Amino acid sequence: MSFLRRLLSSPTGAIGAALLSVIASAALLAPWISPGDPLSIAGPALLAPFSDPALPFGTDRLGRDVLAGLLHGARTSLVVGLAAAAASVLLGSMVGTIAGFAGRLVDEALMRVVDAFQIVPGFLLALAFVSVAGGSLPTVIVAIALSSWAQPARLVRAEVLSIRERDYVAAARVIGMHPIEIAFKEILPNALPPVFALAAVIVAAAILTEAALSFLGLGDPNVVTWGSMIAEGRNVLRAAPFLSVIPGIGLVVAVLGVYLVSEAAGEALGRGGRP
Amino acid sequence: MTEPLLTARDLRRTFTSGRRHITALDGVSLAIAPGETLGLVGGSGCGKSTLARVLTRLIAPESGAIAFMGDDWLALGGGRLRAARRHMQMVFQDPLAAFNPRATVGGVLADALRIHAVVPKAARAAEVARLIDRVGLSSGLIGRSIHDISGGQRQRVAIARAISVRPRLVILDEAVSALDVSVRGRILELLVDLQRETGVGYLFISHDLAVVRAVSHRIAVMDAGRLVEEGPAASVIAAPSSDVLAHLIGAVPRLTGIIRPERSEDRQDDAY
Amino acid sequence: MTTVLGIADLTVTYRRAAASALIGISLEVEAGEILAIIGESGSGKSTLARAIADLLPERTEVAGLLRWPGLEGGPRAGRDIGYVFQDPGSSLNPVLSIGEQVGEGARRHLGLSRRAADAEVLRLLTRVRLPEPERIARAFPHQLSGGQRQRVAIAAAIAAQPHLLIADEVTSSLDVVVQAAIVELLVELVRAENMTLIFVTHDLALASGIADRVAVMAEGRLVELGPVADVIAAPKAAETAALIAAHIDLTTPPLVGEAP
Repeated sequence: MSFLRRLLSSPTGAIGAALLSVIASAALLAPWISPGDPLSIAGPALLAPFSDPALPFGTDRLGRDVLAGLLHGARTSLVVGLAAAAASVLLGSMVGTIAGFAGRLVDEALMRVVDAFQIVPGFLLALAFVSVAGGSLPTVIVAIALSSWAQPARLVRAEVLSIRERDYVAAARVIGMHPIEIAFKEILPNALPPVFALAAVIVAAAILTEAALSFLGLGDPNVVTWGSMIAEGRNVLRAAPFLSVIPGIGLVVAVLGVYLVSEAAGEALGRGGRP
Repeated sequence: MTEPLLTARDLRRTFTSGRRHITALDGVSLAIAPGETLGLVGGSGCGKSTLARVLTRLIAPESGAIAFMGDDWLALGGGRLRAARRHMQMVFQDPLAAFNPRATVGGVLADALRIHAVVPKAARAAEVARLIDRVGLSSGLIGRSIHDISGGQRQRVAIARAISVRPRLVILDEAVSALDVSVRGRILELLVDLQRETGVGYLFISHDLAVVRAVSHRIAVMDAGRLVEEGPAASVIAAPSSDVLAHLIGAVPRLTGIIRPERSEDRQDDAY
Repeated sequence: MTTVLGIADLTVTYRRAAASALIGISLEVEAGEILAIIGESGSGKSTLARAIADLLPERTEVAGLLRWPGLEGGPRAGRDIGYVFQDPGSSLNPVLSIGEQVGEGARRHLGLSRRAADAEVLRLLTRVRLPEPERIARAFPHQLSGGQRQRVAIAAAIAAQPHLLIADEVTSSLDVVVQAAIVELLVELVRAENMTLIFVTHDLALASGIADRVAVMAEGRLVELGPVADVIAAPKAAETAALIAAHIDLTTPPLVGEAP
């Protein structure tokens, strides 16, 4: 409990948490505030925002409700962001732990694989994967995870290498603990704190990558996302800038919220969280 | 004549860093009888910590043999080694670094008991309580995090962990060096007490000859990877035959009077 | 005897700490004496040393007075007080050569030229009994042993020719033989240069071999102060008596008998 309190007591943490809760509640309450399919036609085309109380943010070129798009888009962004980051951290931690703990040949082999994934620019890798595998939410999630798992892998490996030499790992060996138990009970939990900080960055990057993929038309066409909305708005940018600006603001709020919370979490964990 | 508990023969180990070769163990042989405390002294860099790590098989020797409880200790591997480890335990110098930062006092002991199935699962909690009490700690500490207790208390938990699996030999590597003077004496008394009760043997490693003298039956002296002197504690202190031991004796601070050893004109201070 | 430093009712509380680290410390340090400050961990001895050298963290609450009779405007940082820390591994800069670190004090405070400072560095390294001073001056801290590093730290501390030297647990991370050599060096230096030495340690026996007076601290308070022989022969404070009782040397009766 005290961790939460410390998190919320700093201005960074409080603002970040506020922003994130706005996004989260938008995502959770979407089906109630704007029931039905957000891709369905809701009114006349290119209605300006704040002109019709039933359509507070106006409509796009096809007459779809911008507010509905915003709220349902929040869902997509959060789901993709969190799932991709989780997959990335999970895969990276496993590989990093095995490499750091097993050492020698296994370590070398795994690190060359990590190198390969790290050399290719993340976004291009995701782009290539989605182009080949087709655009659907699961594919997008896998693509983003593949493009970002190399960093957590390196980080975890570095931590494991350092922790491996500590006295308490030696003590575990002397007691007769099985190596697998040592790796996952003694080493991994202590290697994770810096990875959490990285995870937050990965979430933010994942949200942006997903938006970029959708913007390019490579995302899931059956789901409304902020990226696809921005892409839609691109065509009428001069006449109706709000179509791109509004989902853009959504992106800014989401990413900013994630960053601020991760900063504050790092401080709250601070001296107490790491050995 | 009972068979020795531990026999080490001609252990050798070198460390290479770039072009530098450091001979940490240069043919070390020693023996420990059951229930005996062998004190091992030497200055920093003499190889005593490396010896501890070789004996506990944290690192491997390049050559040499170790017989422990009648078995070829170095030949064991995998599950058989892990099971056999219960009989040779170790207490480390830094009580804070010797525990998983997330550990609790009770958790540490429970893990050890579980790994070797020392008592049936249902009896584990009671055994943890018994161990805590045996090392002079209050049962209120069982749920506490390792961070939340003092250095002396932590070392007691380390000792409890070591004896929880009922070992025949405990290696203490500078186990009291990081503790306050007032705490040190009580930990030493606890160790001697436990030995009297369970017949466990100790390899007591320290650079502090006075502490070693207090708890050891026999004393061995190491210098530059070799054993240079060995014998009953009282005898070697009274009549040291090696320069190394003579220097160690001279360097022990006494409560009154001068601590500095006799200085000869060409004595090499640069060695330190 | 002139007083070099007068401490009056010094109380120090670290930021966000529940209890004070120092409570009402009053004592006077005489010129040229070796004063040992003894205490266990948490007694406040290092805090006292740092308070004297003005090395406490910012926003630490400090109450009381530090009087420096011989120095107008108080001691100059790095010039009037030399400080040697416990761990030479972290008090020496790992990326600077020994020569650079030792010479810095001489260059900055004595205004020596580069050439003169280099010569001074060699002189200092020889003074602290390091062999091959030219080689050591070019070396880096990680290439030296613990005892050698501590000698370098001492050389750096005396480079600016301070009048007061504070040694804060300088032997606690060294083994017994090296410890004896370092302590002997300190005493010899201090006597030769007429410096005052404040020697902080947890080892009463070690201090008894070299100190003129002993100050015993416990839980932030000064519980005993006096000439070392008197304090050991007839301790007035319970904490001092406990330290004396806990001392173990080769004359202490062992806890074990003959081999089993």
